[in-house]
Amino acid sequence: MEKVLFGYLAFAILASAFLVVFSRNAVKAVLWGLVMFLHQAVLFLTLQAEFLAAIQILVYAGAVLVLFLFVIYLINLREELKWPRFLGTYPLAFLVIFFFLVLAGAGISGFTPASPKGSLSPQALLSQGHTRLLGEHLFREHILAFEAAGVLLLVAVLGAVVLVRRIREEEK
Amino acid sequence: MIPLNWYLYLALALFAVGLFGFVARRNVIIMLLSIEIMLNAANVALAALGTKMQDVTGHIVVFFVIAVAAAEAAIGLSLVVLLYKRFREVHLDEVKMLKG
Repeated sequence: MEKVLFGYLAFAILASAFLVVFSRNAVKAVLWGLVMFLHQAVLFLTLQAEFLAAIQILVYAGAVLVLFLFVIYLINLREELKWPRFLGTYPLAFLVIFFFLVLAGAGISGFTPASPKGSLSPQALLSQGHTRLLGEHLFREHILAFEAAGVLLLVAVLGAVVLVRRIREEEK
Repeated sequence: MIPLNWYLYLALALFAVGLFGFVARRNVIIMLLSIEIMLNAANVALAALGTKMQDVTGHIVVFFVIAVAAAEAAIGLSLVVLLYKRFREVHLDEVKMLKG
């Protein structure tokens, strides 16, 4: 049963990722991306990571993809539908991916993980829950990285505002 | 239980699809979406490793990767809007000059 679910999720994720890359219409590509992110949230659930599944849906499906859709609607993309070869450097890209797959596949096939560390054991997950475990470790050991991520998001918002404002001033 | 290697191979295949999209497509929006696919492949690998090695750090790194991906999407898409205002075009082969 588990393996059937994993097989379905892997197939759906890969197929929708392919459709993102190969669909000519950008709106359809973004909507296939939505399908991919939702299936990936279920994949996180199979890994007992409820909190990650929740923020996957909130951030990716809720924020990032809506941002993509807004930009696509702001921009007129009708020209792309008429491009004869919309996949620019097709054979070279295929070659790059082939060698990448061979090398990384060879790397993974000989991979054995280290012994379990124990801070996310099934017993702890059952008794405390994933969110609580994650929060405790996040605010104890990784608080500096958390603050840095907050500053990064602030800088991203300000940067987006500044970037788009500058051109409006030049037009005047 | 599903072996760890299956998740890693899935992450590898997903990363390859994203890399192919980034190299082959010339539409800037689709290229940004391909970057998101690659980041998601890394997320799958990190979450699988974190669960199988019973280490919470893997999941915390996934959290930060999602935060960075959101920031990257905001900046990247504002650059796309800027590019479109300058060149009336989001096809990267048509943008030949760095100096507008």
